[in-house]
Amino acid sequence: MSLIEEPRSRVEVPARPAPPIPYGMLAELTHRCPLQCPYCSNPVELDRRNVELDTETWLRVFSEAAKLGVLQVHLSGGEPTARRDLEQMIRHCVDVGLYTNLITAGVGVTPERLQAISDAGIDHVQLSFQGATAEMTDKVSNFRGAHERKLAVGREVRRLGLPLTVNSVVHRANIHQIPDFIELALALDARRIEIAHSQYYGWALRNRGALMPTRDQVFWALDVVEEARVRLKGVLTIDAVVPDYYAKYPKPCMNGWGRQSLNVTPSGKVLPCHAAETIPSLDFWNVREHSLTDVWLNSPAFNAFRGTDWMPDLCKSCERKEIDWGGCRCQAMAIAGDAAATDPACHLSPLHADLLALAEADAEGSDIYDYRRYFQPDRAG
Amino acid sequence: MTATLAATGVPKLARGVRLRHDEARGQWVLLAPERVLNPDPVAVEILKKVDGARSIDAIVDELATAFTVERTTVATDVDAFLSGLAEKGLIEVTSPVIGDAAS
Ligand code: SF4
Ligand code: SF4
Repeated sequence: MSLIEEPRSRVEVPARPAPPIPYGMLAELTHRCPLQCPYCSNPVELDRRNVELDTETWLRVFSEAAKLGVLQVHLSGGEPTARRDLEQMIRHCVDVGLYTNLITAGVGVTPERLQAISDAGIDHVQLSFQGATAEMTDKVSNFRGAHERKLAVGREVRRLGLPLTVNSVVHRANIHQIPDFIELALALDARRIEIAHSQYYGWALRNRGALMPTRDQVFWALDVVEEARVRLKGVLTIDAVVPDYYAKYPKPCMNGWGRQSLNVTPSGKVLPCHAAETIPSLDFWNVREHSLTDVWLNSPAFNAFRGTDWMPDLCKSCERKEIDWGGCRCQAMAIAGDAAATDPACHLSPLHADLLALAEADAEGSDIYDYRRYFQPDRAG
Repeated sequence: MTATLAATGVPKLARGVRLRHDEARGQWVLLAPERVLNPDPVAVEILKKVDGARSIDAIVDELATAFTVERTTVATDVDAFLSGLAEKGLIEVTSPVIGDAAS
């Protein structure tokens, strides 16, 4: 998550000696999910149920996270409610002082289940919408009736008095619905909406040609969001994750590698960001063999791109090196074929023109989705 | 929006907002949806008294006594701080009096 605010006391933190302390942890409890979004950031090789961490291990991981200094835990997936021990995990997080955020697609979640989740002490619910209309949501998620179920879950969340964030991932087919997504968030009495352009890792990379918006669409979206932000100040917080391929500078991916957050996969691998597995040279330690603190401090994957020492000269000598941290390592891997290259989204990168050309070509691509799925039917799920 | 909150109003943290001491970094933090805020020492003292029981008046009284500061100064600071939090939805103020502060 790039939304965690920079602590004001940053200047007091010694510049080098110890790695920083992470603020957030994304816990991907499972890859199982009833929906099939073509932009899903889960890897193409999805973890099956039989390799998922058991309850006991997750509880230990949450305790270790709290000890390490993590403040907020994002319970995600896949669909986290597919785990029947979710409430137990939430209760444990509350016990060890962690702030809990549930990231759900809201399909298959009954009012009774939500009540139990609320009683367990969840702090915040983030509900995804694949479209602002039933037609769009059902088409993008490839699930008939998904939209209605999501609306019902949203209403129930608010009835329980829980803060709600509407999460909308936008791409070529639904980007024009941004004003409607905002209306939908208001109608559901959400305090916050996330408008995230799909990012091209995992399934989204496979579907890039069907997802990539045109340049005009992206700039139109920026204007719409800006206007709405001003108009709805104090009513609805709008956090927009803007795509950087049409921009001048890259996004400060993860606010720096191994700097503020970490991600645990369903099978227990600890990643510096959810797409990090796309970098083949990295070896990820598993919570089954290492404590979270050990991984954070000592695993080669976390240290590979931490700080600024790893940077190419272009970034190292740049005044923005501690602003955008050289951009995204996974995007560098995908476009430049080198995870330690300057992010091609940066206009100073020699590959910037290639990225632009690729985006423009993809924006003309076919609209057919390759929906997210397990390659063989998952009987256990 | 320099809305003034009714002094008799009783503020409490909204659901999904928590104040806690962060041992690892040795500081107080205010946790909210997708946000971690670092309140300064004065803000922490105010927040510790936002418990859904004390009125704004009571909070101001206690702080003025504890820090031997002019009451009007404290009242202005507390109002400005809490108004900001209310505007962001981080606190809710239940007001027993229907004042002119509705916004
Ligand atoms: S992005 Fe879609 S398919 Fe992927 S986990 Fe979320 S709801 Fe399920
Ligand atoms: S050269 Fe590197 S540090 Fe400078 S703006 Fe580009 S990506 Fe960022």
